[in-house]
Amino acid sequence: MSCEISIDKFEGPLDLLLHLIRKEEMDIYEIEIAQITRQYLDFIDAMQSLNLDIAGEYLVMAATLLQIKSRMLLPVHEEEILEEEELDPRAELIRRLLEYQRYKDAALTFAALPQLDRDIFLATPQVAEVGNEEGPELEPVSLYALVEAFRDLLKKAPKDFVHEVTAEHLSVTERIQTILNLLQQRPQLPFSELVPVPLVRSEVVVMFLAMLELVKMSLIKIYQNQRCHEIWLAPAVSMDDETVAVREESFGYA
Amino acid sequence: MDTREVKAIIEALLFAAETPLKSEKLSEILGLERGMITALLRELVQESESAGHGFLLCSVAEGYQYRSRPEYAEWIRRLGHHRPFRFSRAALETLAIIAYRQPVTRAEIEYLRGVESGAVVKTLMEKRLVKILGKKEIAGRPLIYGTTRDFLEFFGLRDLSGLPTLRDFSELAPDALEGMLPLADEDSSVAPIETTE
Repeated sequence: MSCEISIDKFEGPLDLLLHLIRKEEMDIYEIEIAQITRQYLDFIDAMQSLNLDIAGEYLVMAATLLQIKSRMLLPVHEEEILEEEELDPRAELIRRLLEYQRYKDAALTFAALPQLDRDIFLATPQVAEVGNEEGPELEPVSLYALVEAFRDLLKKAPKDFVHEVTAEHLSVTERIQTILNLLQQRPQLPFSELVPVPLVRSEVVVMFLAMLELVKMSLIKIYQNQRCHEIWLAPAVSMDDETVAVREESFGYA
Repeated sequence: MDTREVKAIIEALLFAAETPLKSEKLSEILGLERGMITALLRELVQESESAGHGFLLCSVAEGYQYRSRPEYAEWIRRLGHHRPFRFSRAALETLAIIAYRQPVTRAEIEYLRGVESGAVVKTLMEKRLVKILGKKEIAGRPLIYGTTRDFLEFFGLRDLSGLPTLRDFSELAPDALEGMLPLADEDSSVAPIETTE
């Protein structure tokens, strides 16, 4: 069973449990421990698959749930019922959940109370001096607030965020053919005419390699009038119907 | 000094004061009986309510203070002079626990919330909404926390009894908790508090 990670903020394992219970429309007093435990563990797995460190508190709760689950599987002896004050292994957990729910609600009530410098103002704004740091308020946030922020970002990001990078196919053979074709029309060729303007490094490299290959194959000659000047290419053989039957791989550039 | 003048002086004092003024303080300054001051304050509060001004005389943090009428908040916000404190959920939860359960130790807060809460408590202390009340007379003598006067002022509460009532277990679900563990609700073992004020 897969577990959707809710975008809700979870303030802790109790908060998460309350969320799961609500999501499953369970009666808090009749928690289906097996089901809730599975969902809880699914959630933790999902968090782990996101490479998030699970706070220790969550693992403690996982252990607690498993313990309750196993205790619920054990038969209860009658004499134990008399002795044990706490009949239901879930009682402690339920009590904690309810207690937490109370303060969660209270927190909402607090948020709604009129607050100084938000709803009510004084002639001398003294609360402002309490928070007198510059910039936005920075508060410690939980890991889950971060997850939420991260997921929000992902949502906003355009779907095709990844663009495909294809290797540009640069063929030395092709350049060799280009050079040979050009030399059929002209007796001489400056290297600068072979490369695009503006210069593209990879083009220059491939063209230069093609030139060297042609020299090696003794099909052309190259020369310079002066050091660091234009390289001139000229055919070393008759260029009529010259074709080169070379395969790209034979150069070893692939 | 007739009553009208005394009232005017009280008004002036409240106007100039930085914090809510208690009737004791006013009676000390004016050299008049507290009973009289309290009566006059009550009159002033009523007058300010009916006067239809943009501000009110309110009873907060066991004292009296002039405050803007809440319905004009939006206009004052446009001034752009005030930066409200934005509470995180963790901060509100922690503050609620401290407010209702004080004096309370950090361990108790963390048990109730199920998460580590040291940083949040520290933030609340920095905002002066929470303070250390003393130490609890149990093993390790952990610090106990409570809310401050600033807290009352911040939320416009007269005193702690003005806190909104906390929903009871019974309201969450009737009878279902009968026979369950009693909640260790009263911290009767709390040591006499060394007040830090």
